[in-house]
Amino acid sequence: MPNKTFFWFFLPTGLAMILFIGLPIISTGIQSFYAQHDQVVKEVKKCDPFGCTVSIVVDQEATSILRDEKPLGKFNGFGTYIDRNHLAIEQISDFWKETDTFGEFINQVTNLPFYKALLFTLTYCLFVTPNVLLLGFIIALSLNAISRKIRGPLIFGTILPMIVTPLVGSLVLFWMIDAEGIIGANLQLMMEDPYLSLKSSRTLTWITIIIYGIWHHSPFAFVVFYAALQTVPQEPVEAAIIDGASRYQRIRHIVLPHIYPVVTFVALISLMDNFRVFEPIIGFSAEGSAQSLSWLIYDNLVNEEVILFGSAAATSMMTIIGIAILLAPVLIRTWKEFRTAR
Amino acid sequence: MRKILLTLLFVLFGTTAYADGHCSKPSGSINILANDFPALRTFVETAKGCKGSADFKVTHSSEHNKIAVPALTANPSEFSARIAANSSIVPLMNQDLIRPMDDLVKKYGKGIQDSQLITIDGKVMAVAFMANTQHLYYREDVLKELGIPVPKTYEEVVAASEKIRASGKMQHPYAAAYKAGWNLAEEFVNMFIGHGGEFFKAGTAEPNINNAKGVATLNMLKKLASLSNPDYLTHDSEAIKVEWESGKVALMTLWASRSGTLLDDEGDAKITAATKLTGPATVGGGNIPAATLWWDGFTLAKNRSDSDAEATFIALAHAASNKKMVADAADQAVWLVEGFVPGPKSIGVIEAVKMGAKPYPMLPQMGLMHGALGSEIVEFLQGKESAEQALKDVEAAYISKAKEQGFL
Repeated sequence: MPNKTFFWFFLPTGLAMILFIGLPIISTGIQSFYAQHDQVVKEVKKCDPFGCTVSIVVDQEATSILRDEKPLGKFNGFGTYIDRNHLAIEQISDFWKETDTFGEFINQVTNLPFYKALLFTLTYCLFVTPNVLLLGFIIALSLNAISRKIRGPLIFGTILPMIVTPLVGSLVLFWMIDAEGIIGANLQLMMEDPYLSLKSSRTLTWITIIIYGIWHHSPFAFVVFYAALQTVPQEPVEAAIIDGASRYQRIRHIVLPHIYPVVTFVALISLMDNFRVFEPIIGFSAEGSAQSLSWLIYDNLVNEEVILFGSAAATSMMTIIGIAILLAPVLIRTWKEFRTAR
Repeated sequence: MRKILLTLLFVLFGTTAYADGHCSKPSGSINILANDFPALRTFVETAKGCKGSADFKVTHSSEHNKIAVPALTANPSEFSARIAANSSIVPLMNQDLIRPMDDLVKKYGKGIQDSQLITIDGKVMAVAFMANTQHLYYREDVLKELGIPVPKTYEEVVAASEKIRASGKMQHPYAAAYKAGWNLAEEFVNMFIGHGGEFFKAGTAEPNINNAKGVATLNMLKKLASLSNPDYLTHDSEAIKVEWESGKVALMTLWASRSGTLLDDEGDAKITAATKLTGPATVGGGNIPAATLWWDGFTLAKNRSDSDAEATFIALAHAASNKKMVADAADQAVWLVEGFVPGPKSIGVIEAVKMGAKPYPMLPQMGLMHGALGSEIVEFLQGKESAEQALKDVEAAYISKAKEQGFL
């Protein structure tokens, strides 16, 4: 396609992307560099049905003057990024000096909210993504080998986890693993431990959420792999059968290389999705044991009675950077292949 | 505190001639944001009875806290009124989102009692209509059978629960809303106040919880948690209510406003009959209860036309002074409205007031402290860190947030 045609073809999409993705990201970035003005407070008398007290309130007149002068707030530079609730540079260097062993140091660092969330997010990505790819591929292969007559209903059944709204899916599982629920209560019986709880143990909560993640994301990988399998040419496969190649060898040397670009695509999308893990934490009420970066943003925006725009914006920017770092190896590889192909 | 007692006494012996609240048939547009529990639904429904020719809309949501500030910041704001409480009025005040209503009270607030007015710096910012607190519920049959007296302190609650567990009757005899986040932080606030703690160093926004009182608070919470269902970190008020109704719990700390649904005809009649209410418990030898007093009241949005504010006030004031409503719905709440006769379901709140319970601290930076508590004390309860470390984390998390918000 000539460049000019491509330009006009891409223009509407490009404009929409700038408007709905680019500008919001820039605005978030700017906000992350600002903090609220210093609060001007004053002592006043407050009376309610339970009596009167002298207490403090925010002085609105003084504050509104400050706000009108600089509506964005106080410039804070990277202040929010490096504070204790984010990268915690200062705290980490203190831990480094104070702790004796490396294990203790790691313990202290992962006790900080940002690193705690990062640890869970990465663990989730590392376990869910490969398993989704593997499970999706196995299901696609199995269904591809099954008689066409029952394939339709089976495919429908397989993609059900993806159709179910994530929140509903996690809620169903949440109730089942409750100490009084069908899975939770039976586990207690089996282990003969009335205090066993999948939800109160951090490790078990993580495992539950990871299993849920695999269950929920596999159908996507399956659908894409299944479509790709339909394009595998039959001649080399038949030739390999005549040459006496086993099923494993056929998959390893013919099918996999053929659908390799699709695998890269699914891996990319899965990584991006998993890095933003959020719904299962809400669905499982797992805030206590598992926090992800997306959950931190949500927490800053809604869980406090005061909205922390600066914090939320800073975490958002770092999430974007995190995704970019994660995807970099795959993207570089794709780019290199693209170059050699030309 | 005395005011509410006087009100309640006055109400007890006062007139019983019911009259509808005043209604001067407003016009304009009314849109209300409120939490979702039965008493508030009754209240808003009563207000609707006085909507005149105005367009009347209401949003009941348990996620009201998340909507309120953004919705009221818009100009004109989405809602003309917000039903708030001690804690949720603070962000509205911080951002200057609600309007004083002295003139409206003077003009249309005939039936509203002075004790209902929330005044800040001499200006009426809200009109309260009900009171709430968390207090103890107990199963009379279970306690009687095991010869346990009704607990008055949390130490007795622990002893009673241990006894019930030892008897084999119940595995997890105690319940409270310990869901990580707002609920858990609220339990900490109650227990810390019961120990006589102050959240901030006098006159400043500097945190003041990493001390002996804080440690004692955490240790008590942990003891109680060990007597609760192991999933306690995921249980909110609704979840523990369900646990209670399934007969697996004998002692519980729960909101007074939930007593209505706990004592209604639904569910096992035997459990309902044995469910009794008592005041909040004290802790650590203190004499004020480990509980906070709450009021629910209405506020008017600032970024809305004067005529809408007037219409909204007329309708809501009609409900906030409605003797018929408080007589008909006496079971649903402890109304602060004239004409309310406290019934057995109001025992918790009345006892709390008598015992000198403190109201939830209405400070501009309290929301940040509450938020920090909700996430940072979890690991202590899970046994992953010491009480001192947890309190240190809370203070550090709070300080970062308070700096960002300009409080420190």
